[in-house]
Amino acid sequence: MIELKEISKKFGDTQAVKQVFFRVAREETLVLLGTSGCGKTTTLKMINRLIEPDAGQIFINDKNITDEDPNVLRKGIGYVMQNIGLFPHYTIAENIALVPKLLKWDKAKIINRTHELIEKLHLTENTLSMYPHELSGGQQQRVGLARALITDPSVLLMDEPFGALDNVTRTSIQKEFKALEELKRKTIVMVTHDVLEAFELADRICLMDKGEVVQIGTPKELLYQPINDFARNFLAGQRLALAFKVINIQDIWSYLPEEIIHHGESETAELSIWEAMELLRNKDRFELFISGANKTIKSINFEQLTKGFNQYQNAQLHE
Amino acid sequence: MNEQQQTLWQFMSGQSDKLLSQTLQHVGLTFISLILAIAIGLPLGILIARKRKLSGTVLGIAGVLQTIPSIALLGFMIPVLGIGAKPAIVALLIYALLPIIRNTYTGIIGIDQHVKEAARAMGMSKGQILLKVELPLAMPVILAGIRTATVINVGVATLASFIAAGGLGEFIFGGISLNNTNMILAGAIPAALLAILLDALLSLVQKMDVKKLRKALYIFPVVILVLGGFYALPSAYGSTLTAGFTPEFMGRQDGDLGLKSTYGLKIHTIVISDAVMYKAAYAKELDVISGYSTDGRLKAFDLKILKDDKNIFPPYYAAPIVRDEALKQFPELEKTLNLLSGKITDSIMTDLNYRTDYLHQQPERVAKDFLISTGLYKAAKNGQKGTVRIGSKIFGEQYILAEIYSMLIKGNTDYAVSTKTGLGGTKICFDALMNDQIDFYPEYTGTGLLVLLQPNPTIAKEMAHDKEKTYDYVSAEFQRKFKIKWLKPIGFNNSYALMMRQKQSKELNVNSITDLKKYLDKN
Repeated sequence: MIELKEISKKFGDTQAVKQVFFRVAREETLVLLGTSGCGKTTTLKMINRLIEPDAGQIFINDKNITDEDPNVLRKGIGYVMQNIGLFPHYTIAENIALVPKLLKWDKAKIINRTHELIEKLHLTENTLSMYPHELSGGQQQRVGLARALITDPSVLLMDEPFGALDNVTRTSIQKEFKALEELKRKTIVMVTHDVLEAFELADRICLMDKGEVVQIGTPKELLYQPINDFARNFLAGQRLALAFKVINIQDIWSYLPEEIIHHGESETAELSIWEAMELLRNKDRFELFISGANKTIKSINFEQLTKGFNQYQNAQLHE
Repeated sequence: MNEQQQTLWQFMSGQSDKLLSQTLQHVGLTFISLILAIAIGLPLGILIARKRKLSGTVLGIAGVLQTIPSIALLGFMIPVLGIGAKPAIVALLIYALLPIIRNTYTGIIGIDQHVKEAARAMGMSKGQILLKVELPLAMPVILAGIRTATVINVGVATLASFIAAGGLGEFIFGGISLNNTNMILAGAIPAALLAILLDALLSLVQKMDVKKLRKALYIFPVVILVLGGFYALPSAYGSTLTAGFTPEFMGRQDGDLGLKSTYGLKIHTIVISDAVMYKAAYAKELDVISGYSTDGRLKAFDLKILKDDKNIFPPYYAAPIVRDEALKQFPELEKTLNLLSGKITDSIMTDLNYRTDYLHQQPERVAKDFLISTGLYKAAKNGQKGTVRIGSKIFGEQYILAEIYSMLIKGNTDYAVSTKTGLGGTKICFDALMNDQIDFYPEYTGTGLLVLLQPNPTIAKEMAHDKEKTYDYVSAEFQRKFKIKWLKPIGFNNSYALMMRQKQSKELNVNSITDLKKYLDKN
């Protein structure tokens, strides 16, 4: 659990962060979203005291972080950054083992944990003896993630973790990231300027502008109940894509055809519209069987899906 | 050429003991100062990388220190550190400092900010970041600085011989003074090889990849320490008094060799430059020095000449030596230069030297005052009938003589004058004359005989103590061999002399070289 209370920071005459507050629940992922210069990265870096706030307090698990030795604090918080910051003179194995070595873990434990992680992160064994410059950007970012996760910290801070990757690599890593069991148990604060990424990964989003919090809420709340013009305009360009991501089959259940009897396999109604569309794009599947809330089953094809989605959208806008 | 090389080889093998010990001293001096420079420069570089406001000041000071001429720096240090190893090491250390500080600073500053941020974010302490991240990553740049410093030090260490710290400079500067090419090469070639070798070795270390470098880093200080250890500080004093002789004096029959053979003088001796010798005697670092009898510093530092009671120092009457061609080209020249003939006695010359060396008057002023007082001064005619080029060796007396001649020529003829003063020794001066770079310079009969002509010892011995014979011999031989004419002597005799501080001479009751030998034998 992380809590920020009225955090402010000035750099010279510039008010970088102004009375920022939020609370991140245990195992929740909060994404700080905003344009560059909005204060999101500064806010993030104050959580592990890379930057000290001028005013306000930060609590992690109800402990005020200013009472802790910053080096001890940081060893307990995973940190992933856009530029990865791997040590060029260390091998991949040494880079991953950095914090455990500082904590004086024994060798066997470090080796076991390293192997466990590279397997989860789809890195190959032979990369361990390589140096960072021998790896691709995507592989480096996986190593960066492994370095942050090796001590299994309960809190993870991520500063534009996928920002330096090309689109294809980013999408695949985001997916893996979302699927990673290890990350589901963590309290995560992540910074991004990419709206789609925020909607893809966030439990809740904290939209920031000019150092201040504009709105905090779930992706759906941000999309359908924007608090002001800034919030509305921020998402305007990608409304449709975002809607596909945040709305799931259960939401549009009532706009879909009648229930049927079906005894084969079925998909969950938790599926987002986007995911359902992707499944339907496979040419051998004309229809999906979806099991809804009361174990009822509906069969839908692409047309029925888009029709149901449009009806739901219209209903939301006229509310 | 072949013959020359062979004789060089013979010289080197004949002097192999000396060569080895000088080389080891040289390596030792280079590395001891290098260790100290690293010990000071590295932390300073780290400091200014942390507190960048200081960087301008620190790099500025190190830069200014770097520009001080080496011989001047050595001179400044004598009052504080004396002579020998200490000031030499400090001077070398100062020269090595700038590249080490600067490269440490640039190396650390140049590290990717994100790597540093990652290190902090992982919870590394400042010390851990320095040792595990900053220094290893900056190491190639730091090593480049150390490499530069090493090469600089090998070069500057040749000057250590000026202040009795040994090294290959003893051969180089001895050779220049003694007109002995083989001796120069015997010092210069090993010094150059040493620089090339060390540079190559360090470039190897630098090129090693970071991984291996980590191991090399542990070996590196050990190697430096061992090499530094070559320099055994000057061994225990063999006698109660210490003598400081110039490299030239050390190698001459009418110098140290004569003192040993004729007087049987056994004294602990160190080799030192003329430029700092008097000061060192005054500062009680040295007790006996090999000076020149008309040197102004004799008066300035209150030194006493020990009587040469067995006449080993030949006369050194000064006279201008002129190329025959120059005499043809400038018909008025000989007559004009001879105006000075017989005008300057020993005591006048000592006084003139005293004025420049101790009262710090400009040589021009001293020259003009002298000419006015003897009625020889005439205002310059600003003539344009060709330019006479005057040379001088690199000490005060020669500067004054060059100025006097310059004024005489300008006042009495229509020639213009250009002076090339400060030519660093007999060989350089004479070579300049032979190669038509200068038209004349003041030379001494004894030097002409023993250094430039180098006749066989029997002739030398026969000549050496007779003023007239020496002058006649060198005049005839120079004319025959070099087509150079000795004009009339100026008057004074600037011979070698052993000197002591007045006070000490009185205390020990030592007034002649024989007295000195007796005193040394007793103690």
